[in-house]
Amino acid sequence: MKALLNQKNRAPLAFAVMALLLVAVGMGQSWPFALAILNLCLISAVMSLGVNIQWGYAGLLNLGVMGFTALGGLAAVLVSEAPVLEAWSVGGQGMAVSFLLVVITIVLSILVYRNMAANWQRRLTLATLYIGAYFVINHFYRPAVYAIESVNPASTGFLGGMGMPIIFSWVLGGIMAAGVAWVVGKITLGLRSDYLAIATLGISEITIAVLKNEDWLARGVKNVAGLDRPVPFELDLQATPWFIDMVQSLFSGRLAALIDTERTDALNQLVIQSSSVFVKLCYTGLFTVVLVVILLLSMKALNSPWGRMMRAIRDNEEAANAMGKNVVRQHLQVFVLGSAVVGIAGAMLVTLDGQFTPSSYQPLRFTFLVWLMVIVGGSGNNLGAVFGGFFIWFMWIEAEPLSIAFMDLVTAGMDQASGLREHLLKSAPHLRLFIMGLTLLLTMRFMPKGIIPEETRLHTV
Amino acid sequence: MSYLVANQLRGGYGGTDILNGCSLSVDKGEIAVIVGPNGAGKSTAMKALLGMLNLREGSVILGGKDITHMSPQDRVGEGIAFVPQTHNVFGGMTVEENLEMGAFLRTDDFTQTMEQIYDLFPILKEKRRQKAGELSGGQRQQVAVGRAMMTQPSVLMLDEPTAGVSPIVMDELFDRILEVKQQGIAVLMVEQNAAQALNIADKGYVLVTGTNKHTGSGDELLADPVVRRTFLGG
Amino acid sequence: MPEFIDILNAIVLFSNFVLVPAASYGAQLALGALGITLVYGILRFSNFAHGDTMAFGTMTVILVTWGFQSMGISFGPLPTALLALPFGIVGAIALTLVFDKTVYKFYRTKNSAPVIFVIVSTGVMFMTNAIVRLIIGPSDQRFRDGTKFIFRPREFKEFTGLSEGLALKSTQVLTLTVALICVAALFYFLQKTRTGKAMRAFSDNKDLALLSGINPDRVVLITWILVAALATTAGTLYGLDKSFKPFTYFMLLLPMFAAAIVGGIGSPIGAVVGGFVIAFSEVIVTYAYKKFFIYLLPESLEPSGLMQFLSTDYKFAVSFIILVVVLLIRPTGIFKGQSI
Repeated sequence: MKALLNQKNRAPLAFAVMALLLVAVGMGQSWPFALAILNLCLISAVMSLGVNIQWGYAGLLNLGVMGFTALGGLAAVLVSEAPVLEAWSVGGQGMAVSFLLVVITIVLSILVYRNMAANWQRRLTLATLYIGAYFVINHFYRPAVYAIESVNPASTGFLGGMGMPIIFSWVLGGIMAAGVAWVVGKITLGLRSDYLAIATLGISEITIAVLKNEDWLARGVKNVAGLDRPVPFELDLQATPWFIDMVQSLFSGRLAALIDTERTDALNQLVIQSSSVFVKLCYTGLFTVVLVVILLLSMKALNSPWGRMMRAIRDNEEAANAMGKNVVRQHLQVFVLGSAVVGIAGAMLVTLDGQFTPSSYQPLRFTFLVWLMVIVGGSGNNLGAVFGGFFIWFMWIEAEPLSIAFMDLVTAGMDQASGLREHLLKSAPHLRLFIMGLTLLLTMRFMPKGIIPEETRLHTV
Repeated sequence: MSYLVANQLRGGYGGTDILNGCSLSVDKGEIAVIVGPNGAGKSTAMKALLGMLNLREGSVILGGKDITHMSPQDRVGEGIAFVPQTHNVFGGMTVEENLEMGAFLRTDDFTQTMEQIYDLFPILKEKRRQKAGELSGGQRQQVAVGRAMMTQPSVLMLDEPTAGVSPIVMDELFDRILEVKQQGIAVLMVEQNAAQALNIADKGYVLVTGTNKHTGSGDELLADPVVRRTFLGG
Repeated sequence: MPEFIDILNAIVLFSNFVLVPAASYGAQLALGALGITLVYGILRFSNFAHGDTMAFGTMTVILVTWGFQSMGISFGPLPTALLALPFGIVGAIALTLVFDKTVYKFYRTKNSAPVIFVIVSTGVMFMTNAIVRLIIGPSDQRFRDGTKFIFRPREFKEFTGLSEGLALKSTQVLTLTVALICVAALFYFLQKTRTGKAMRAFSDNKDLALLSGINPDRVVLITWILVAALATTAGTLYGLDKSFKPFTYFMLLLPMFAAAIVGGIGSPIGAVVGGFVIAFSEVIVTYAYKKFFIYLLPESLEPSGLMQFLSTDYKFAVSFIILVVVLLIRPTGIFKGQSI
């Protein structure tokens, strides 16, 4: 019991328990299922690290995690899909002109903003500029959109992407999320802390609305399926000699006992099963590399002078301000960095899914669940955030069968045909929302530092 | 024994003690002024009387009743009124509403009291429909004192009532405070403008590092060369 | 120059699709934003659970309405939900008070930072959301009964002889009437009654309010009661006018926050004005003006497109853009906020 309470032992112990849980799922349910959970645990851990950078290091409340995740997902489409040349030829020019005009409008408004005094004339000029720009841009934009979306709408109807390996999207996803975060942060950081929360909630809803409705960009709700993969396909593997050889040698003992046809059948079965496991393991490998790199960088940053300064600002903003630290600028930096990490995770998630479905982005799943990971894991502690990502994702997945089992138990005594019973069974999935909310409240109340708390240390500004 | 007595107060906000055995007393119809250098524990002493400080030792007696362990709210009910140094009005509410809020705990008809306060501070009657936050500094102080008076207190405590107002307004405020005293109220105030405050004081306390350094009537302290030299600037 | 009758037709068209719907939506947002602003002004935090409190109250109203309907109780031409409203309010009050006792009170005594309150309010949001979905399910519910229209477009056309019709749904009139009564009652309460003034004093200067003997627990209690009543009323009116779906109510958070901030968060009058500003902007910007201009412009200038600034899919973007503009230009909102 004493060892449990010791801070130093918490992290290894927590991760050991996590590993045991996953192994238990592997043995009890199935190995591909356990690996599927593990892969999403890894992605969740990256997201959780991103939010931890914002909340744990700097105390910034980002309720728009979903939006940054989705931007990462968009990057996956934009990088990996082949360009739709026909769409480019009919609408590319219009889009290019529109884009140019947007840039010109932004440049003009910055010029106006810088060179005019802050009075109503400036506001009027800006308003006129924006309204004028709206109509001019629309003149080019709408026909271009129409043309692009008419190109073979059943399979394309969008501009396509760059036709590059999808793994590059992990970089682009980070950059895109960082860009949007910069704009949002520029506007709301420096105001009351809740305004950042509201603004990020808003921008994430808008991001999803854009992704759902701008079909020319990523086909909207028609989704983009069959994305490029950074790992081999199961079917290809099953026909690859070296893979079959490997399976054969791995299971040689079991296969040796069988004869001829039985043996071929068994081998085929094993090859199919192993290919699924192998592919998942490939993803696991890639995600682990990303997680470890980001984790190491985060830990290094947290212990650097920069990290000390961030914590000092978080703990006493006024004092830091008085000591000449530009709090708003530091916050912007940290907000952009954290969002970029979330964007990377978003791209990884779509890579794993192999498809981009804008309607799958739900705030409860993508924003609040990630928050739960950080808070339960231990905000301010990178290992804690990673553990939170693992643990909460595991709970999220396993809470569903548990909820159903629970409802089964509750309704066991009821009449089979009872309407209430049917209703309760159908509602079981909502029970996990309840559990998650309760977990958040209980953690905040009784363990506000999380399972692996931030190390307490003496620090100076 | 005086109406309000504080005996040998010791305590602070956690950590080292700020009050090191200071004693104060004020009777009805009396003005007592606490002066002293910065950090002497003047405001802290007042907070101790209000119950906003944890005392390690000492006692506070109001009208013969021990109130040492009473909560600030209950002390308001016992007849102690307090005017903080800053944020002492409801800025978004009218002058009249400020006075009404002062009388919040009263269940009787308080129009009489309000009239008395308007007589004391005629400017407030004129501006009674205006928001307190829109008034000048001196007028706001009058609202603050008026609000405190609405409870018909037996003790009125003021924390630096003249901080940040012009000398003319200060004189006027002190005149009003003298009138308050004449109503038979015990007035206790902490003052930065020590000489002027001691002029109207019946009793003065010079506090240094949380203990009584000099005590006497206002005139005595003003005449004391040591006090004059060290605390009143010559 | 367009003919006089065309101008009339254009006005009727505009009223039918913009003015009337925006007015009733504005009233619903105003009531919702009032709740947000009250929590902010008194309890000093942004309550992210507000949309779900609305959903919970409305759900209770719906269940009671169904009960009444099955018992054959109705409210004549008015929706039965109006009879059920008090029950819904009681339900929502119970919910908010339970969460206050079990959750918020702890952080209030500890004097926690506003950000902590925001996080726990998202926890409350999760739970309330789950309760609503568990009980009534995540899908659309309609619970309106009684007369649907005060007058129908056809009746209006026959009556006036215009080619454009104007519909006035009873829910729209009901929304505006109920909202007016609620707002008037709330303002009377805050401005004229002793308790209301105490609440304003508490919001204005908490320490001084305590020094004046105002009981903080009572102020908090009354705040939650008011918030629950306003939220349930707003939610029920919205549900009658459109339909009830838990997720929609969660999504109303953004326009409601925008309304509260635009008006000046903490200012009740600001919340009302903000509600209408957001609603009108949303509807005006997403309405397709093609037909409107056909009436007003000569044939040669007739618009070819829909003449719509933004597709309705982006109506949330409107609240957001207004929010951002206000934050950039005047972060305290139209009426200087921060306290009630």
